[in-house]
Amino acid sequence: MDSSTTQIVTDLLTSDAHGLQEAWIAEQLASPDTRPDLITEAELRQQSGEFLQLLREALRSGGPADLDSPAWAPLREMLGRVSRARALKGFTPSETATFVFSLRGRLFERLREAAGDDPGRYHEGLRGVTSLVDRLGLHTTEVFQRNREEVIHRQQQELMELSTPVVKLWEGILAVPLIGTLDSARTQVVMESLLQRIVDTEASIAIIDITGVPTVDTLVAQHLLKTVAAARLMGADCIISGIRPQIAQTIVHLGVELHGAATKATLADAISMALRQNGWRVTRGTPKG
Amino acid sequence: MERIPILKMGRVLLVTIQVDMHDRLALALQDDLTTRIAQSGARGVLIDISSLDVVDSFIGRVLADIAAMSRVLVAETVVVGMQPAVAITLVELGLSLPGVRTALNVERGMELLRAALVEEEEEEYEDAGEEDAGAGE
Repeated sequence: MDSSTTQIVTDLLTSDAHGLQEAWIAEQLASPDTRPDLITEAELRQQSGEFLQLLREALRSGGPADLDSPAWAPLREMLGRVSRARALKGFTPSETATFVFSLRGRLFERLREAAGDDPGRYHEGLRGVTSLVDRLGLHTTEVFQRNREEVIHRQQQELMELSTPVVKLWEGILAVPLIGTLDSARTQVVMESLLQRIVDTEASIAIIDITGVPTVDTLVAQHLLKTVAAARLMGADCIISGIRPQIAQTIVHLGVELHGAATKATLADAISMALRQNGWRVTRGTPKG
Repeated sequence: MERIPILKMGRVLLVTIQVDMHDRLALALQDDLTTRIAQSGARGVLIDISSLDVVDSFIGRVLADIAAMSRVLVAETVVVGMQPAVAITLVELGLSLPGVRTALNVERGMELLRAALVEEEEEEYEDAGEEDAGAGE
């Protein structure tokens, strides 16, 4: 965009700035995309006013050549804030971008009035407004998208940490209750946290409970065996417990061999085996109460 | 050339690897250790790798080899103090060191070796007893 185009756009925004702002807000309030159920009029007014203000300042100080330049930083930051706030409130991406795009209609209207009989000026202004508003709108959508991705990423991370606790059952005995499908990323997390806990607690036996693992195929079995092998390298024995009848059948049908690890049907069996191996003895006294 | 010291404690040889293990050093250790086992008649070897941050496939293989060689020379090998990251790397490399005994730390490793030695002595004693009984008949 060259300087004359910039001048036209700047003129459009600065002449009767108040009128433009009011007309724009009125249009936004009339449009269903503004979602009056999610945003108040006061908030909308404040955002619109701030947007126009920052846009004028940015045009004055830097020109629209490069939206990444420092002159545009306040506006970019403001749009990012609006986009984030709207994403959290439950706006769709197009509703969020409409905030910026709706300004175009107003500007075109003013351009027609300002250009009068000069088609060259009208054309140039059209080009300038379109390119500026488009870029700002796209920026809003991009920020919106990035926020969504951040949320998804964080949730994935949390899910992964949530689903792999390492529990100390007794002195020297750890348990890992696995819930959900075991893929290589989760195996890595399980392995790391288990081995670290083995070091911290000086455990000699780790029970891996797969009651919550829906299916065990060759890949899952391989992941399990990897964990068992790594624990063994640290000097801890592993017991795999919670093997349901169907899973036992699948394992045999697939020809998977869980060698190197003791297997037990239930966690209780595994605990009693682990206690016995460590030399503990459980006796039953008279029940209380 | 630098060498890794081998300490003798009773019937056990103690090796603590405190420097970065490169290939030649590993091979030298293998040489020294087998020589020492043969000389001293040691029955157990304890290798402490707790200060090793990196173990590649070659070092992994040398460790497995040392264990196998010691077994041929009637000594039990225990590798102790492997770090979690090293354990994961070895498993990912497909080296789970079968035939090598492992323990969490030196203390546990010593217990393991002591138990193995006691067991062995008992067996020898029993064998000797049977031979005596056979001679008596």
